[in-house]
Amino acid sequence: MSPRAASRLESLGFTRVYDYVAGEADWLANGLPSEGRDASRIRAGGAVRRDVPTCRLAERIGDVRARVQAVGWDNCIVVNDEQVVLGRVRGDAWDHPDDTPVEQVMEAGPTTIRPDTALAEIAERMRKQGVGAILVTTTGGRLIGVLKRSEAEQHQDQAS
Amino acid sequence: MPTEIHRDEVQRLMADGALLVDVLPAEEYESEHLAGATSIPLKELDGERAAGLDRNRPIIVYCWDYQ
Repeated sequence: MSPRAASRLESLGFTRVYDYVAGEADWLANGLPSEGRDASRIRAGGAVRRDVPTCRLAERIGDVRARVQAVGWDNCIVVNDEQVVLGRVRGDAWDHPDDTPVEQVMEAGPTTIRPDTALAEIAERMRKQGVGAILVTTTGGRLIGVLKRSEAEQHQDQAS
Repeated sequence: MPTEIHRDEVQRLMADGALLVDVLPAEEYESEHLAGATSIPLKELDGERAAGLDRNRPIIVYCWDYQ
């Protein structure tokens, strides 16, 4: 549709016409802002927690543990300089000696979803699988945040 | 020939004052659309509807995906 619209505008004399070919699907899948009756409310991106702590591969677990505890979280997402998700630190990983590099104790390649995933669908899947939280990333693997099942269910209740 | 762009360029052009036009049906626009976009469904895109667009500004059109 958009190529036809772009060509039509040119036929009407417009000279500076651009076609965003990947469209709304691409925009939403990358967590970019939207408007409208159903914007955000029904998608994972609308319920994501963006304040999840992050850390780098080379950091020491003791330093990261202190930082994460100080902000009231119990897990940390391992990212690179471009915020691409490399792993996650949680649970028993925190019990390692303080000078242990994050890279040695992290869970590599955690499961992720896109922000345009339907909230109802992902909340149900998390319930069935006993998952408490899941990472939300862009199509390029960049971290957007964490979706907690409890908050996903709360958003659903508010929407219904 | 219209120029095809990616989302980074969409954001850059919008920061420079481009108009964003959603060409999907109106009900889809009402449900959800890119922040800041105006609606001109493809079926309604004619001289009269286009007259409301500022010719001095770049115009970015989009639909759902590669359709």
